Amino acid sequence: MRSEWIKYAATGAIILLALVFPLLGVKSYYLHVAILGLLHAILALGLNLIAGYTGQLSLAQAAFFGIGSYVSALLMLNVKMSFWLAAPIGACAAALVGILFGLPTLRLKGPYFVISTLGFGEIIRLVFLNWESVTRGPNGLTGIPAPDDVALGFVTLTFDTKTGAYYLVLVTLLAVLALYYNLVYSRIGRALRAIHSDQIAAEVMGINLTFYKVFAFALSAFLSGLAGALYAGYIRFISPDTFTIGEAVNILIMMVLGGMGTIAGPIIGAVSITYLLETMRVFADYRLIIYGLLMFFIILYMPQGLVGVLAMAKDFLAARFPLPISRGTDEPPGQKGAAPVKGEI
Amino acid sequence: MLLECAGLTMRFGGLTAVDAVDLKLEKGQIMGLIGPNGSGKTTFFNMVSGIYKPTAGEVRLSGRNIAGRRPDYVASCGIARTFQNIRLFSGMTVWENVMIGRHCRMRQSILDDILGTARKQAEEKAAQEYLTGLLTLFKMQHMLHEQAKNLPYGKQRELEIIRAMASEPELLLLDEPAAGMNPQETAELIEFIRKLRDMGVTILVVEHDMKLVMNTCDRIAVLNNGRKIAEGSPREIQTNEAVIKAYLGKKVKEGA
Repeated sequence: MRSEWIKYAATGAIILLALVFPLLGVKSYYLHVAILGLLHAILALGLNLIAGYTGQLSLAQAAFFGIGSYVSALLMLNVKMSFWLAAPIGACAAALVGILFGLPTLRLKGPYFVISTLGFGEIIRLVFLNWESVTRGPNGLTGIPAPDDVALGFVTLTFDTKTGAYYLVLVTLLAVLALYYNLVYSRIGRALRAIHSDQIAAEVMGINLTFYKVFAFALSAFLSGLAGALYAGYIRFISPDTFTIGEAVNILIMMVLGGMGTIAGPIIGAVSITYLLETMRVFADYRLIIYGLLMFFIILYMPQGLVGVLAMAKDFLAARFPLPISRGTDEPPGQKGAAPVKGEI
Repeated sequence: MLLECAGLTMRFGGLTAVDAVDLKLEKGQIMGLIGPNGSGKTTFFNMVSGIYKPTAGEVRLSGRNIAGRRPDYVASCGIARTFQNIRLFSGMTVWENVMIGRHCRMRQSILDDILGTARKQAEEKAAQEYLTGLLTLFKMQHMLHEQAKNLPYGKQRELEIIRAMASEPELLLLDEPAAGMNPQETAELIEFIRKLRDMGVTILVVEHDMKLVMNTCDRIAVLNNGRKIAEGSPREIQTNEAVIKAYLGKKVKEGA
């Protein structure tokens, strides 16, 4: 299959480019933007799990991002815990809060669930802001240590540089992606999409709605918390200003712009929006107006996101340059059983 | 006895939709459930499949009481169903639809799925083999990658039945499978249901199309106003006084 090969080659090329990116002599500032972009990719992938696949839109992702950040940072600061232990604990703390919050609220239908996540996000932000004895309120947490060096015998990896942080985030993202891919193209992924499509039919097929919804939500909280811990270890300073509803909306836009319900979409969306927001800083106060207009036109003309545009380009090229053998359906189901939905990259 | 319903009752506020219905179904039988509109047939189905929690009564599947249990539990016990208005996963392919139908028969754990273990591969392969056979039997193997919503109407109905069959159910509930079908499609559906019977599936079917009911069912139960008013072979039902009354109304002097 030519299109399969193109897909593998493109994925390989992008991963390779990402791996050598810091070695190309890019300015430190662009490396910083790239790190933020990759962190947002993890966040957008997390949201995509509950919103894109399961169909339950959540505006609480910034709150889970914050929980992961604060929990891991506080563990590092107060009990001098190593980053390598504090980060997974921070992510698990976010997942646990996700379970506790999701169990009662995921029964709510449509907009009511969205509103509950909006309220939850705001509550968490207010906790960060007002629980001064622990979170130091609006001043935030400063002096968060960088991840400890890792000695591999012949070489020691350090993470207090931008390059080190970049590779840490990139490797985490790639590991997340490998598991994410497995999950999406498995019984779990099918169950989540079935819930998205028709809850009653899904339930009658033997899918436990509560279990799968809470599972997807907890996992999305886990990924957000993980991104939060990485963020704290990189930026070394966190404050409630980062974990606002505005940030939750940004994550949402990244997912939608890239293409929800796909794997490549949220990553493409996260990296491009992060880059866009940074470069538009030259427009100062007009930045958000331009951003808003851009979003408006993208949603209007590209409802499937960037991934949808790529798929359209592919169909267009396929129509222009037809393959000698048409895409037959006579092949055995094989891995095709879990084939991506049309338009997915 | 595969299915035994005893005193099954459903009340919505002051309305009694299904009133103390008893029904028994033997393994391998096809039973038709008929009755005028609003007689409680679909409500009855919803109770058996777990969507409604019965107000009173029992639903026993091979002796185990499943009344009031959640639909996903009922499905894993071996009851599969279709819906009066088709409820396919419309944006997903034919293959994905039947794979989801197989969900409750796949035994891998969540970790198997996320890590992509050998156990996951084995389960997926086993499902694939069974489903390929099933789809071939019902002549849908050439449209695996079509989206469900793009299928012709009759095929969508059939796909919904195949999806229900994917879980190898003990009991198959069909809710008005011929609704909206033209005579040609109905004739094909009758063939389809006969094939299911040859496979030894036990079926309870709600249907208005008398041609289908009389041609496929071994026994027929009739509901009217939530009560079972008759049960018997198709021939007995055709001549049953109470049934004729329910469908055609009472004689003038009684009804006035």
